[in-house]
Amino acid sequence: MTKKYFTIILAGQKNIIVLLMVMGIYSFTASFKKNNHTNLCPAGMLINETDSLVSKKAFLEVYKVLMSPRCMNCHPSGDVPLVGEDSHLHGQRVKRGEDGRGMYASKCANCHMDKNTPGLNKPPGNPDWHMPPANMKMIFQGRAARELAAQLLDTAENGNKTIEDLKNYIANNGLVAGAWNPGEGRNPPPLSYEEFTKQFRLWIDNGAFLPDR
Amino acid sequence: MIQLTVNQKKYDVDVPEDMPLLWVIRDVIGLTGTKYGCGIAQCGACTIHLNGEAIKSCITPVSKAAGKNITTIEGLSPDNSHPLQIAWLEADTPQCGYCQSGQLMAAAVLLKEKPNPTDEDIDDAMSGNICRCGTYPRIRKAIHIAAGLQKQGGNK
Amino acid sequence: MKNLKNISRRSFIRTSGLVGGGLIISFMIPAYSGRKRTIFDNDEGESVFIPNAFLQVGSDNTIKVLLAHTEMGQGIWTTLTMLIAEELDADWKNIIVEHAPADKAYGHTAWGIQATGGSSTTWSEFDRYRKAGAAARILLVQAAAKKWGLPASACKTENGFVFSGNKKLSYGQLADSAATLPPLTDIPLRTKEQWKYIGKGIKRLDAPAKVNGKALFGIDVQFEGLLTAVVAHPPVFGGKVKSFDDSKTKLVKGVVQVVKIPNGIAVIAQNFWTALQGKKALQVEWDPGENINVDSITQLANFKKLADTDGKSVAKAGDVPTAMKQAAKIIEAEYTFPYLAHATMEPLNCTIKVDGDKCDIWTGTQAPGMEQAAAAKILGLKQEQVKVHTMFLGGGFGRRGNPDTDFVSEAAQIAKASGKPIKMVWTREDDMQAAYYRPSFLHRATIGTDTNGMPLAWHHIAVGQTLVGDPEAGASTEGISDSPYLNAIPNYYVGLHSPKINIPVLWFRSVGNTHTAFVMETLMDELAHNAGKDPVEYRRRLLKGKERNLKVLNTVAEKAGWGKPLPKGHFHGVAMHESFGSYAAEVAEVSLDENGLVKVHKVTIAIDCGLAVNPDGIKAQMESCVNFGLSATLYSVISFKNGVVQQTNFDDYRVLRLNESPAEIEVHIVESTEKMGGIGEPGMPPVAPAVANAVFAACGKRIRQLPFGEINFKA
Repeated sequence: MTKKYFTIILAGQKNIIVLLMVMGIYSFTASFKKNNHTNLCPAGMLINETDSLVSKKAFLEVYKVLMSPRCMNCHPSGDVPLVGEDSHLHGQRVKRGEDGRGMYASKCANCHMDKNTPGLNKPPGNPDWHMPPANMKMIFQGRAARELAAQLLDTAENGNKTIEDLKNYIANNGLVAGAWNPGEGRNPPPLSYEEFTKQFRLWIDNGAFLPDR
Repeated sequence: MIQLTVNQKKYDVDVPEDMPLLWVIRDVIGLTGTKYGCGIAQCGACTIHLNGEAIKSCITPVSKAAGKNITTIEGLSPDNSHPLQIAWLEADTPQCGYCQSGQLMAAAVLLKEKPNPTDEDIDDAMSGNICRCGTYPRIRKAIHIAAGLQKQGGNK
Repeated sequence: MKNLKNISRRSFIRTSGLVGGGLIISFMIPAYSGRKRTIFDNDEGESVFIPNAFLQVGSDNTIKVLLAHTEMGQGIWTTLTMLIAEELDADWKNIIVEHAPADKAYGHTAWGIQATGGSSTTWSEFDRYRKAGAAARILLVQAAAKKWGLPASACKTENGFVFSGNKKLSYGQLADSAATLPPLTDIPLRTKEQWKYIGKGIKRLDAPAKVNGKALFGIDVQFEGLLTAVVAHPPVFGGKVKSFDDSKTKLVKGVVQVVKIPNGIAVIAQNFWTALQGKKALQVEWDPGENINVDSITQLANFKKLADTDGKSVAKAGDVPTAMKQAAKIIEAEYTFPYLAHATMEPLNCTIKVDGDKCDIWTGTQAPGMEQAAAAKILGLKQEQVKVHTMFLGGGFGRRGNPDTDFVSEAAQIAKASGKPIKMVWTREDDMQAAYYRPSFLHRATIGTDTNGMPLAWHHIAVGQTLVGDPEAGASTEGISDSPYLNAIPNYYVGLHSPKINIPVLWFRSVGNTHTAFVMETLMDELAHNAGKDPVEYRRRLLKGKERNLKVLNTVAEKAGWGKPLPKGHFHGVAMHESFGSYAAEVAEVSLDENGLVKVHKVTIAIDCGLAVNPDGIKAQMESCVNFGLSATLYSVISFKNGVVQQTNFDDYRVLRLNESPAEIEVHIVESTEKMGGIGEPGMPPVAPAVANAVFAACGKRIRQLPFGEINFKA
């Protein structure tokens, strides 16, 4: 695959960011403002068609994982997390609270221990078990692939993470990795963790393109 | 041996590290106010405080409690004088009573963190505790009464 | 309890004294006798004397009240004591309340057996407990009068003392001599005008111990040497152990013994957790038996087929086929109801200690005598050699009053097989999966109406299993065959099919009314709409002369503001049902949330239970009935596949949580001088139909099944 030298200019934004992608050098920052993901391909932008296809295709793989119960259940559209393979509302109707760690007597860590509690139907565990906080809900549930990709890249919605931060987060965050150690009676996401992180890198490294839908 | 501090008293217990705190408290230490209801953190009957948080003791391994402060219903007050206990009696809340230890321990954390809870706060805090007798209206009422008592300086 | 002497067995009121530690008088009023034997009556002739006082006045001034009934949340701990206190003028702080042991003397005044259920305690004990209190007071007064050489009429009682002028003796000081007085034959009771407590009520006497963890339930029993047993039950009812390997179980540190019992394998260990680990390590090969074919889907198909025929006639009048032909309109409806688990918060448990020819049982039971008889039989003892200590019940709802005595018998089998004192504790999974449910039912009704929309002919077939302990299947159609509406329906036929299915079924709070009231009251709503009439008005027309029904219906309509505007998106539904001798009407205010799910905001209730002995206790039971009823209305299902119950715990057997309970339950007790009825159950049957009728008002959809809380009504 030959990489071309190209420049993307995002017009119409307060900050004009120039993404320089030099062959072999992956050093860039990205900042996409909310609601601007529809004009990510402005006129004058040079696009490597192969890269965009690879990137989009990779995200669709990533998307399968993100929309699996293991990931989506803690990224619901409401404030109550979801449970189970059918992603039903958490039985105790716990809510994220401001910091995403539950409320009052119903804090996540009150039941979700440092590791999975052995046995069927028992709470899965992780030392850092939590939901996204109230000011950064990072909703997966109900999001189309294109919407979700844009949301992941949007620093206003992703906790001010750069693309590099995102890659690191996916590769090193224990809670993300925890999805592949789901505890008895729960299925892991459809891709292996290695494959997932690989696809995530592919998505980013090939331009972090948004899928068509 | 694991050393536990329950209601400010120290206990050395010789139990497996993964034994749930509930059974250590009930069957080994012998404090039976904390109840078994489901064993999977669904019903809240086993709610106790671990360093002030309302944990479900039925799925908390005893090892997690070592060196931390455990408070059970027996330690909520020595003489039914906690504002919640006074309020619970004022509203004549319990019926069969089996879930009430857990209800009170959950409510205690709510009241500590939100001294004037709204009905929605009560929903958010208390929906992890099942009461099959359906004493929910009185639990709500009692929490409001307790909040009032606490404001008057009844809290310890 | 200490030994008794000076027993006059035949007296109406028995007086006796305790040997050692000061004298006590005790009163015994003969229990019911002479009725035909019931299925509960395991009594084999006269039993030897077991202390059976209803009330004891100690020389230390303690007043001990013994309860013939058991406290499972319904409040009789308080109400029965209050009845004694009403007559006794005792000092409240000296009153001790205890569950009575198992003994014939404590038999139900109407049913004979010692049992708590059927919402019957207060009405059935209203006279007996008051008389016990009155008798004690009269004797204490007589004793004082004798001492002072005064007529009894010159003495009065207050707060645990007998007074005359400036003379004063405490009940404790008089207990001794009162015990020697001849038994009373006439015990006048106080009149309504004199009542201090009845009609006003007192706070729950068991509440203080229930807010500090001190209340002892069966599961809380502890003593030196007691071991815990858990049981591996067959996954399919009636299954048998083909073979088992306990080698891994025995490797679990703390496991003491593994024993085979008729219904599985029991693992006995130092504590519950260890026993559970032992059970997990157990390898059992089960022979599932014939029930492996039990399946909720095929069962429903079978029920539908059965409903095609008339079944056993339960109630009939007129000529239904002819009238149906003359009907202006015919409405047909088929309803289905799932099995339900009682799911008491305290999982079933029983502690047994056998010592030679003596046996002690500690458990929470609604029927101590049945448990006593069953355990005695298993252990080869006489009934009186088995002492039942009834603990607080962490919920009953019928589950702890099982004529099959399943959990006590199982514990007795373990004690017998192991020879050890054991506390058998069922896991929640056992509780959900190891049996005794409210049976699944199907109802099919065909109603022909006249040109005014009033019912001309009613054809109704019910299909469902007969309960353990209900050989005549009366519970299957209660609320239909004795419906107050039938008076106004010239032609009706109620038929019943009672298929034999090997799923153990038992009474569940409100019993048959849990399904029959739903059918009748949603049909009333449908008929009213069909007739173009208001549902309250429509019922009034059918209930002519039924004053108590009408009173609660009219009261609830008025109090709930029936027909008046509600907040936007909120709708009312009404239902009325009589059961257990009481009359309840309810209006539910509901809305549909953004997902089309039902949200119940408020339930208004009018209840006529006759004399309201303890009004706040009645309110508490109405609240309880609404919330317990809403679990079955909205969420709870037990289903079967390949003979196995599909639900295991509260994660998949949903019950109502606080956030799902109505923000307001408003109770109106209708003033009544009518015959007393029950309170623990009658508030429950109208909830489900009131909510369903409100849902119809909200979205125009008729609901033919319970539960419906997970249905999107906006779809």
